[in-house]
Amino acid sequence: MHAVVSCKNVKKVYKQGAIEVIALADADLTVDEGDFVCLSGPSGSGKTTLLNIIGGLDTPTAGEIIVADNRLHTMSKSQLAEMRLHHIGFVFQAYNLIPVLTALENVEMVMQMQGVAKHERAQRARQVLKEVGLEGLENRKPPELSGGQQQRVAVARAIVSNPKLVLADEPTANLDSKTAENLIDLMRHMNTEHGVTFVISTHDPRVMHHAKRNLSMVDGRIVA
Amino acid sequence: MGATFRLAWRNLWRNPRRTALTMCAIAFGAVLLIFSIGLQLGQYDMMIGSNVRIYQGLLQIQHLGYLTDPKIRSSIPNILALTQQVRDRTGLKNISARANGFALVSSAKRTYATAVVGVESAHEQRVSTLPGLVKQGRFFSADNANEVVIGAALAKNLQVALGDELTLLGSARDGAVAAAVLPVVGIFESGNVDLDRSMIQIPIATFQDVFDMEGHGHSIVIFEEDFKKAALFKSQVIQALGTQAELVVLTWDQLQPGLKEMIDLDYSAGWFMYIVLVAIITFSILNTFLMSVLERTREFGIMLALGYKPFNIGRLVMLEALILTLFALAIGIAIGVAINAYFYHYGLTFQGMEEMAKIYNLPASIKPQMSVNAILSGPALILAFTSIAALYPAMRIRLLSPVEAMRKI
Ligand SMILES: Nc1ncnc2c1ncn2[C@@H]1O[C@H](COP(=O)(O)OP(=O)(O)OP(=O)(O)O)[C@@H](O)[C@H]1O
Ligand SMILES: [Mg+2]
Repeated sequence: MHAVVSCKNVKKVYKQGAIEVIALADADLTVDEGDFVCLSGPSGSGKTTLLNIIGGLDTPTAGEIIVADNRLHTMSKSQLAEMRLHHIGFVFQAYNLIPVLTALENVEMVMQMQGVAKHERAQRARQVLKEVGLEGLENRKPPELSGGQQQRVAVARAIVSNPKLVLADEPTANLDSKTAENLIDLMRHMNTEHGVTFVISTHDPRVMHHAKRNLSMVDGRIVA
Repeated sequence: MGATFRLAWRNLWRNPRRTALTMCAIAFGAVLLIFSIGLQLGQYDMMIGSNVRIYQGLLQIQHLGYLTDPKIRSSIPNILALTQQVRDRTGLKNISARANGFALVSSAKRTYATAVVGVESAHEQRVSTLPGLVKQGRFFSADNANEVVIGAALAKNLQVALGDELTLLGSARDGAVAAAVLPVVGIFESGNVDLDRSMIQIPIATFQDVFDMEGHGHSIVIFEEDFKKAALFKSQVIQALGTQAELVVLTWDQLQPGLKEMIDLDYSAGWFMYIVLVAIITFSILNTFLMSVLERTREFGIMLALGYKPFNIGRLVMLEALILTLFALAIGIAIGVAINAYFYHYGLTFQGMEEMAKIYNLPASIKPQMSVNAILSGPALILAFTSIAALYPAMRIRLLSPVEAMRKI
């Protein structure tokens, strides 16, 4: 199988004055196409840091990261932005959406940046919103949606342009357990139906329960 | 662009009160500038207009060098024939010849040194309002009449009344003594202190006779109401003159460089004030721009994560500022034009303006200038400043990293 993500000896050290915080210590990770990986571990173990580096939001102190055949550790900021735009979808813990745009417009905005034609944009956004169960709510703005619905819009936005990889950093942390379960079901559904590759970080055992592959992090290392 | 514009527009109205207040500040600034600049330019128009109207004319044909060194010998030969030629060839009606000299003017009791001007009795009122300002007596009956018209202040100084005789003593064109005794037939009161106190007028043929001019004179005065077209009339007059190497055609601003300089200086001083005012407004706006950007740091972080480039976001922020400014300026221009149009119609009078008006011989009320320049130069200044102000927050976005931005709430 083709590897979407391949991390080797990735190190991330934050310097806070004289103190060095080692967020990642020689993390190795390979994620194959179509995988659904769950990353768990205690707070401060480096989950967010690793996702940010895989997503090209942050740069490693050392090591090599290849995502969708892009050698991220060699790329400039603007190349990384371009890579994120075309290959990666993100779902964050909360406040993912642009509050002045409707659900539909939020889903459309990435496609707009990609230069997708207006008509096709709207059509695809509607279809994906329907798939995440938000038919009829397309014209609501984020403040008029529940937390779970907002996260669904975020998932719709993340997958709408068929990215190679969707990274979700604690996507269910702000949701009650029922809603969280539904959201994970949805992501798993997208994984099986459309073959979208997911890497999700979480503390939530129910999320881990749905994963194809569960990985644990401790002190900046992937242990299992 | 459509989607970016929509996003910018909605972002503006996220905080409607703040946006409205900022717009008010900009619109208020625009109204203030439009009113002040309009009034300032209107005042200049008035000063120039009344200056041109009262005596000087819009254009003058003079002998080369007469303007800087007004010697009686720097004269135009056959001036009456040449004047008629210019009238005929240009088709302009308001043209009159003059001859200028100096004399000691004595009444029975006193003596003053004054300018003596010879004028065409039938044409002078077409180029100057002075003949119409003769408050006692009358203007000249003929070009060769032995008559003198003097200013009210001079009449008072000389202690003469209508019918009293004045003795003129000066030097003629050839350097001989020029002397005449003439009765006062009219006394003018223009409100212009200089004219009223130190000028007498006599008919041009009489002047030529007394000062031994042999048909010469010193200036051909051309008047037209629209002084903004001075250059156009000038070219017509030059054409009508033909090749006359020793003659020059001078426009109002060349005839009175002091007035032009004073206006330019005053206008620069005005602009200095306007720039200070706009700078103050801009600083308050800059603060608003900055706040609106800082409070969206997390949102920008999300956008960066999704693949937006700092340039895209900077452009969005600039667009927001531009929409806000243009919107506010449109309102400001509408109000400003309405106010200026009102005062253009009904005139504006200040306290104490009547006295001022008298000294400078201005109408008793000011009309703001209603030109594109007067209306748009203030708003353009505001637009320039606010664009620079918006650049700063937009540039700051370049420093934003997505990870740090998203850490903020
Ligand atoms: N910008 C930073 N500056 C300094 N230290 C940082 C920074 N970001 C993260 N760290 C440190 O790096 C380590 C890993 O942090 P990270 O956020 O990746 O952990 P996490 O596993 O996501 O934790 P949580 O489950 O609480 O989200 C922590 O010790 C954290 O304090
Ligand atoms: Mg984390």
